[in-house]
Amino acid sequence: MIPLAPHLDPRLFADDLEQVPTRNGYGEGLVLAGEADARVVALCADLTESTRTEAFKEKFPERFVEVGVAEQNLVTVAAGMAAAGKVPFTTSYAMFSPGRNWEQIRTTACYNDQPVKIVGSHAGVSVGPDGATHQALEDLALMRVLPNMVVVCPTDALEARRATLAIARDGQPAYLRLSRAKVPQITTERTPFAVGRAEVYCEGSDVAIVACGQMVYRALVAARDLAPAGIRARVINCHTIKPLDAATIVRSAEETGALVTVEEHQVAGGLGSAVAELVVQHHPVPMQLVGVQDRFGESGEPDELLEAFGLTAAAIAQAARAVVARKRGGMAAR
Amino acid sequence: MQCSGPTDAGAGAGEVASRIIRSMVLTDDDLVRLQTTANRIRQDVIKMLVAAGSGHSAGPLGMADVFTTLYFQVLRHDPRRPDWPERDRLVLSNGHICPVLYATLAEAGYFPVAELATLRQLGSRLQGHPHREKLPGLETSSGPLGSGLSQAAGMALVAKRDGLRWRTYCLMSDGEHEEGNTWEAVMFAAKYRLHNLCAILDRNNIQIDGFTEEVMPLEPLKAKYEAFNWHVLEIDGHNYEQIVAACEEARAIFEKPTLIIAHTIPGKGVDFMENRFEWHGSPPDAANVAGAPPKGQQAAVALAELRTLQGRIRSEHE
Repeated sequence: MIPLAPHLDPRLFADDLEQVPTRNGYGEGLVLAGEADARVVALCADLTESTRTEAFKEKFPERFVEVGVAEQNLVTVAAGMAAAGKVPFTTSYAMFSPGRNWEQIRTTACYNDQPVKIVGSHAGVSVGPDGATHQALEDLALMRVLPNMVVVCPTDALEARRATLAIARDGQPAYLRLSRAKVPQITTERTPFAVGRAEVYCEGSDVAIVACGQMVYRALVAARDLAPAGIRARVINCHTIKPLDAATIVRSAEETGALVTVEEHQVAGGLGSAVAELVVQHHPVPMQLVGVQDRFGESGEPDELLEAFGLTAAAIAQAARAVVARKRGGMAAR
Repeated sequence: MQCSGPTDAGAGAGEVASRIIRSMVLTDDDLVRLQTTANRIRQDVIKMLVAAGSGHSAGPLGMADVFTTLYFQVLRHDPRRPDWPERDRLVLSNGHICPVLYATLAEAGYFPVAELATLRQLGSRLQGHPHREKLPGLETSSGPLGSGLSQAAGMALVAKRDGLRWRTYCLMSDGEHEEGNTWEAVMFAAKYRLHNLCAILDRNNIQIDGFTEEVMPLEPLKAKYEAFNWHVLEIDGHNYEQIVAACEEARAIFEKPTLIIAHTIPGKGVDFMENRFEWHGSPPDAANVAGAPPKGQQAAVALAELRTLQGRIRSEHE
């Protein structure tokens, strides 16, 4: 058995592991954040039920704002409310917010340095049947280039709940990326979580797999499947894409000498790019980026799409074997 | 208490445009005070633009009377306490006319008038377009058009829901009514019946590429806003009494936001700039412009004209 962190769900590789969409965790977290802080308000652009903002709306109707199908207005009204002392959570699908209202986010939230929270649900190809127009694959890139912005992509519903509570308190603009489809519930209340701190979920010394979102689970499966072949893979949940946990990632590059990144996002501009930008300056090592390769999504069932786009445990394991071979080849050449 | 703005913010802590107790009836003294202040602000604008070597001329000059009336008669604000929670909020949506905002804030006492000369320089608090975090008195950063009314509506919604008495004013250009974001905000403010929100539209008819009705016709603006369930007033944007009266009427309207369409003359106060869209995005003395004095003499001619008028600028509409 691989050296898993003891705080993870013990049913991790069992068939009965619970599956919950991260948007559900957001909905729960938003209510808790609202209970903890009267300044928390929620705005939604005609997607209240599917983004799980409904529970907040029912509990705090006087703190809920329905802006209709108007994502530019969604974030700019929120910026005004933040200027007047509120902590606004704005919710839509990631394709529309931040997909459609990027400049408004940049100027009125980030440049103003107001604590506007951008919550993008239905990110990734696992949105499924709605197809490419509704599958945001560029949102991490759009958000992580913005000064002052925090970018978090939680791995499961519990982590989404904790991330929601954390960004409600941080006093700055933040982007929270959520999924539509059910994803494996791998963390527990005992799992450490702090924005900006990547967590090692599995120890290993041959290669480090840095993943975010539901890809963390698939990375753990890949680590399990690599073990019989003698490849000891470290798995890191890098839920915070910005600010990146430089210490954990650089140390892993030093200790393993090979990196794989995994994300349900274009390989251009997302987690893989962020990790590459970091290690290339501090400790360059052979690296493979697993993600969407400069394509649009398409209709299908979530699991079919993840398979079709190479976002599987098998693909991650293959990338790990390849990068380990490159590392060893490089060593042999020396 | 009423007092005119100091020519230098260092002139004394008491000599600021703090207007915690307001009068909405203008006396002859008030009119002279507002005219004098607006004239000084126009001269400040010309000097700033020449020093910067870039920036917009027509809009700031055209809106000098509205800014003066707001900051020296209408707004509840205190330059010594820019973060005063009870202050009225003024959101400048069309950030490119910020030279007039900066000059007004300086004349009101938010920062030294001498600092105006740093406009657009490296390290200056007076950025080419306003940056909220840099300068006291700014409620938001702006420049990209069409987003100010939404932010003002967000502020007004908070005030309305929380029972706060301050009002929110939003200054907008006519050209930015070509932005979809503006109309999203118009719809939103009416939905939430933001009667504590007063938008003032600078109807000067010009934008960078020409006259608005040629670039993208906006009329009938009044009917459009009324169809969106706003209360709409049309005024001469150079007439202080009309500006004050319109703001006062807006305060009396219940359950609807108010739009004041302020008809202004772009470049107002400088003859060769008036109604010329060529001066929308250009500073004096940057280039030779048809109908204007040669480059190098434009600012001098403009300042001489303003000084000659001695603050007695009157509206062509009167």
